[in-house]
Amino acid sequence: MSALLRTEDVRKAYGGVHALDSCTVEIEEGSVAGLIGPNGSGKTTLFNVITGYAKADEGQVYLADKKITNVTPDKVFALGIGRTFQLTRIFASLTVLENMLVASPNGRAAARKRAMEQLEFVGIHGHHAELAGTLSYGQRKLLELAYVLVADPAVILLDEPAGGVNLSLINHIAERIRELNAAGKTFLIVEHNMEFVMGLCDRVTVLDSGAVVAAGPPDIIRTDRRVLNAYLGEDLADDDPHPGEQA
Amino acid sequence: MMSTVSRPRAAAGLGLIVLAVAAIVFPAVFSSPVVTNYAVYALIFVAVVSAWNLFSGFSGYISLGQAVFFGSGAYAVGIAARDWHINGVGVFALLPLAAAVGAVIAVPFGLVALRVRRHTFIVITIAVFFIFQLAAANFSFTGGSVGVAAPFLPWSPTEFNDRFYYITLACAVAAIVIAALVRRARFGLQLRAIRDDEDRARGLGVRTMRVKLSAFVISATITGLVGGVWFLYLTQVEPPSGFDPLFDLSLVLMAFLGGLGTISGPIIGALIIEPGQLYLTIKFTNGYASEILLGALFLLIVLFVPRGIVPTGGEWIRRLRTRGRPAVPPVPTAVPAPAPSEGSDAPVTEARR
Repeated sequence: MSALLRTEDVRKAYGGVHALDSCTVEIEEGSVAGLIGPNGSGKTTLFNVITGYAKADEGQVYLADKKITNVTPDKVFALGIGRTFQLTRIFASLTVLENMLVASPNGRAAARKRAMEQLEFVGIHGHHAELAGTLSYGQRKLLELAYVLVADPAVILLDEPAGGVNLSLINHIAERIRELNAAGKTFLIVEHNMEFVMGLCDRVTVLDSGAVVAAGPPDIIRTDRRVLNAYLGEDLADDDPHPGEQA
Repeated sequence: MMSTVSRPRAAAGLGLIVLAVAAIVFPAVFSSPVVTNYAVYALIFVAVVSAWNLFSGFSGYISLGQAVFFGSGAYAVGIAARDWHINGVGVFALLPLAAAVGAVIAVPFGLVALRVRRHTFIVITIAVFFIFQLAAANFSFTGGSVGVAAPFLPWSPTEFNDRFYYITLACAVAAIVIAALVRRARFGLQLRAIRDDEDRARGLGVRTMRVKLSAFVISATITGLVGGVWFLYLTQVEPPSGFDPLFDLSLVLMAFLGGLGTISGPIIGALIIEPGQLYLTIKFTNGYASEILLGALFLLIVLFVPRGIVPTGGEWIRRLRTRGRPAVPPVPTAVPAPAPSEGSDAPVTEARR
């Protein structure tokens, strides 16, 4: 498999704070990749840089070898990258179906058909005529996923899809991701729920202070001392470091 | 038996027919020029507030610079008629020019103002408004502080108001239809998405600047045209009347009273406020009495019906209809629940809060 999405030495600073520091990440086509790290490690900033919500100070972002660095969010979406947000961002005064149609590139009838299919896929089609603002938090997460799917993006970035939702919904979301991945979609997922990440992802990248400290299969990452160090704040790196693929 | 879905539509259709008939026969029933004068002004404001709402109501960008297009449309017709020596009913051929002037001004205005949001956008629209007012008062081609007089229309005094009534009615209907079409279209959906969360809309492929600017230009085009009609009706334009700061405040008040972002709300607001304002101006010798009362009305709206008459009324009707029913009706699910994941046999979605 080749890297469908790649960031190279991306740097991003907010004032004196280095949110991203030479951050290089590769997401292989057809994979489900995880991005983990302690709070403030730069995960969401990396999402923002990839999707054009924040401008990289240095470095490049590539989608299938095409440079998309600092391209505006609408163009990034048109190129085939969809994303969700840590705190759901839906159009509260529109109905659920109207939310879906905002992102639709198709004509009216085709757009409605596709939108209803996606709502059915995530399981909230029964709410299509309701105002999105009346949905529960979990349903909003599903709506966000659904309207990203409407435009059929090649890569989907999910920012904490399991955050703040109950176990049954977490399982439901995981199932939907697996199905979409089986259909060829590539995922990059930021998540604090380790069980969710380790059970779903083919490869996990760990960020700390804006830099990649480890990357590899979940089984290796789970026991990597540098990862434990980053999360627990203990200096365990000198004691028999586990061979993660990348430092 | 009429289905529950078609019944409200049938009622709305019947209501529209009744309204259309009432609007057409209005001058025949109320033949007094005083009354038709009220109606002409009300219809002018129905047209302009619908145009304003098409941009500001749908997108959430509250513009206080709509008078720029209104006054420019009026001046465009006046200056063109004066300089090209056009007289009589031929001056109505200049109305497309008024619309075009509104559109042409809106492009650079929008390209600057729409780069910023919320309060900053409002401040910029006010600044542009004052630039135009000052320019109109100081340039010689605009007639300076004297302004421009309209060419003579060869209509008898008895039929003058009636003809303008139907002209302004046509403008109002056209503006309402355009606003309704925009709202139903994907373009309108994108505008409303921008109102809710502009950055999110961009992330879903909406070219927000293009969408906002298009709506701004459409709104300005209609307003410019109506400004031209207003000038021909009033027979003159001066800087304080063409570029009136109270004009935009009235539009905002009308839209907020009726319901910002709805189609019928601003119309209702205009039909209540404009005749009321005219009545108060005539009734009280103090010229500021109507402004004081309008200010008080605005405070009452903000306090008691902040969402406007139409949304609040709709909510009351829904409450009455659903009284006694469960707060959260069960949602029918047509698809079977997906195969449960490991360790979970729980339902697909969580219960609604």
